Amino acid sequence: MNTVVCIKQVPDTETLIKVQGAGIVTEGIKWVMNPYDEFAVEEALQQKEKMKAGAVAIVSLGPDRAIEAIRTGLAMGADTAVHINDAAYYDKADPYATAAALAAAVKGLQYDAIFLGKQAIDDDAAQVPAMLAEMLGIPAVTMVIKFEVAADKSTATVTREIEGGQAVVEVPLPAVFSAQKGLNEPRYASLPGIMKAKKKPVDVKTAADLGVSDGPKTVVKEMTLPPARQAGKVIGGDDAAAKAKELARILHEEVKIV
Amino acid sequence: MAGTLIYAEVQKGEIKKGSFEVTSKAKELGGDVAVCLIGSGVEGLASQLAKYGADKVYVVDGPEYENYVTEAYVQAFKQVADTVSPTVILASATAQGKDFVPAVAARLGVGAISDCVDLKKEGDKVVAKRPVYAGKAYAMVEAAADPQVIAVRPNSFAVKEVAGAGAVEKAAVSLDASKIKAVVKSIEVAQTDEPDQTEAEIIVSGGRGMKGPENFKMLEDLAKLFGPTATTGASRAAVDAGWREHSYQVGQTGKTVSPNLYIACGISGAIQHLAGMGTSKVIVAINKDAEAPIFQKADYGVVDDLFNVVPALISEIQKVKG
Ligand SMILES: Cc1cc2nc3c(=O)[nH]c(=O)nc-3n(C[C@H](O)[C@H](O)[C@H](O)COP(=O)(O)OP(=O)(O)OC[C@H]3O[C@@H](n4cnc5c(N)ncnc54)[C@H](O)[C@@H]3O)c2cc1C
Ligand SMILES: Nc1ncnc2c1ncn2[C@@H]1O[C@H](COP(=O)(O)O)[C@@H](O)[C@H]1O
Repeated sequence: MNTVVCIKQVPDTETLIKVQGAGIVTEGIKWVMNPYDEFAVEEALQQKEKMKAGAVAIVSLGPDRAIEAIRTGLAMGADTAVHINDAAYYDKADPYATAAALAAAVKGLQYDAIFLGKQAIDDDAAQVPAMLAEMLGIPAVTMVIKFEVAADKSTATVTREIEGGQAVVEVPLPAVFSAQKGLNEPRYASLPGIMKAKKKPVDVKTAADLGVSDGPKTVVKEMTLPPARQAGKVIGGDDAAAKAKELARILHEEVKIV
Repeated sequence: MAGTLIYAEVQKGEIKKGSFEVTSKAKELGGDVAVCLIGSGVEGLASQLAKYGADKVYVVDGPEYENYVTEAYVQAFKQVADTVSPTVILASATAQGKDFVPAVAARLGVGAISDCVDLKKEGDKVVAKRPVYAGKAYAMVEAAADPQVIAVRPNSFAVKEVAGAGAVEKAAVSLDASKIKAVVKSIEVAQTDEPDQTEAEIIVSGGRGMKGPENFKMLEDLAKLFGPTATTGASRAAVDAGWREHSYQVGQTGKTVSPNLYIACGISGAIQHLAGMGTSKVIVAINKDAEAPIFQKADYGVVDDLFNVVPALISEIQKVKG
């Protein structure tokens, strides 16, 4: 089975974010592969291993630094990569423009399935998977927590997370899938894997090379930090019972919940 | 039409609260408010939307909409949107909304703005405020073209009843079945009367400090005292320990919640946990460690052993309620 995995390089969750105009200060950030994309890479690798055939291609839109996340994917075991290295396009890209670039890159590849993360933890949009599927004219199944392919690769039967439960969906391939936590346990890149990754082919393209000129459809006008929450009130009292009594009073009289 | 078209979601035979919230907000923003209601046997629910400001409700009703299937719902909604030609499309960013909204936007050839917590009107544009970087910053976002497709985080707006009754119309839509490729084989949802965490108004949440699964019973008891809009939550530590199902997890890899009251019991307040509950209106923390980071986010903090505080709080609240 041939798969494509779309990965994004994002700031590590522990990173302190500083805002600047309509964006963030990008210096001093630790960049990592988007955590949900690790599930996507892992699933593609497991499917290849199960079928004992096929290849896994990584596609990422991002500036020079994104090569590190791409190498991580290759070190985990992916075979090839396309790096859409176009800082000018990337800086303005919203999920729509991102999906347009990814769709153009994917069109030149062989695939039965395309895996993405359910959400990038920088823009927290959860849009690219559905938009990419629409642009490619194939179905999308989001929030996948279990994935199985028929032996003839004609369909996939997947379990997706829905509100308060799960749904099992059958979909013909090729299709787009977005990975939710629980799908698998992503592997770490091994040392030999990291060595091998250095020699794997990475095809570098610009948006113009791919013939995409779609501008973003949404614009970030301003970025702000959340207002500092006022220092909370520590509830005093001689013992736990007294504090509980005071808290109950507050919930009743100040918060007016009870 | 210079107005808004809303996607109203039905679950278990009822319209989701978030759909009423965006209807109320649309009314406040001004212009005509139309709603598209899709489902099987849902026509009778349409009039409820009028109560919150819908001028017109388009009902797409039929057995083929029994289960939510993205493609079928997108096709139906698009046909209604084509007749209405709204400048703004709103939906609640529920689990279903998050699947539906980007698909609809892409079908209409426009962008989408996800999971917004506030909207304001500037001329013809709606400027949407949304948390990014797991709530560490806010972005003010605007769509470049109409329709401006926006999903709103549940509990961001109050529902307001208004006078006047909207018209209900059965929308004539036809589905291209050949394009509906995904088939729902089975659905399994927990039978519970509790609201989903994402739309609960009160959440009593427990972390590693709860020590074991059996102790969550007291958090459930506390939540019950707050009424039917309350439920329980958990930190990832509690979920990873196997004490609670993943569906209870609040945080970056769990649910994003925005209740009126969030009570964190034995939760330290790691950045990934705060990412999921930072927009709660009132935060209460109960933790025996005065240095726990959760106290920096909490409006009210109780520094003490939760095993003494929570049972006492339960009986105090019972007393207050009489
Ligand atoms: C990529 C990534 C994603 C993550 N996603 C999430 C997520 O979605 N949600 C999430 O919650 N975490 C998430 N985490 C994990 C997060 O970093 C923390 O490890 C986790 O939130 C800790 O849970 P906790 O507060 O329950 O446990 P701890 O940090 O161990 O805190 C337990 C607290 O209980 C207090 N306590 C102990 N006993 C008592 C008592 N008797 N009375 C009162 N207080 C007591 C302690 O003082 C302590 O503050 C993620 C981490 C990563 C790296
Ligand atoms: N720049 C990008 N390059 C490659 N894949 C991306 C990019 N941005 C988003 N994706 C993919 O789309 C998923 C959802 O992203 P988003 O819609 O931005 O939340 C991510 O988990 C990635 O798999």
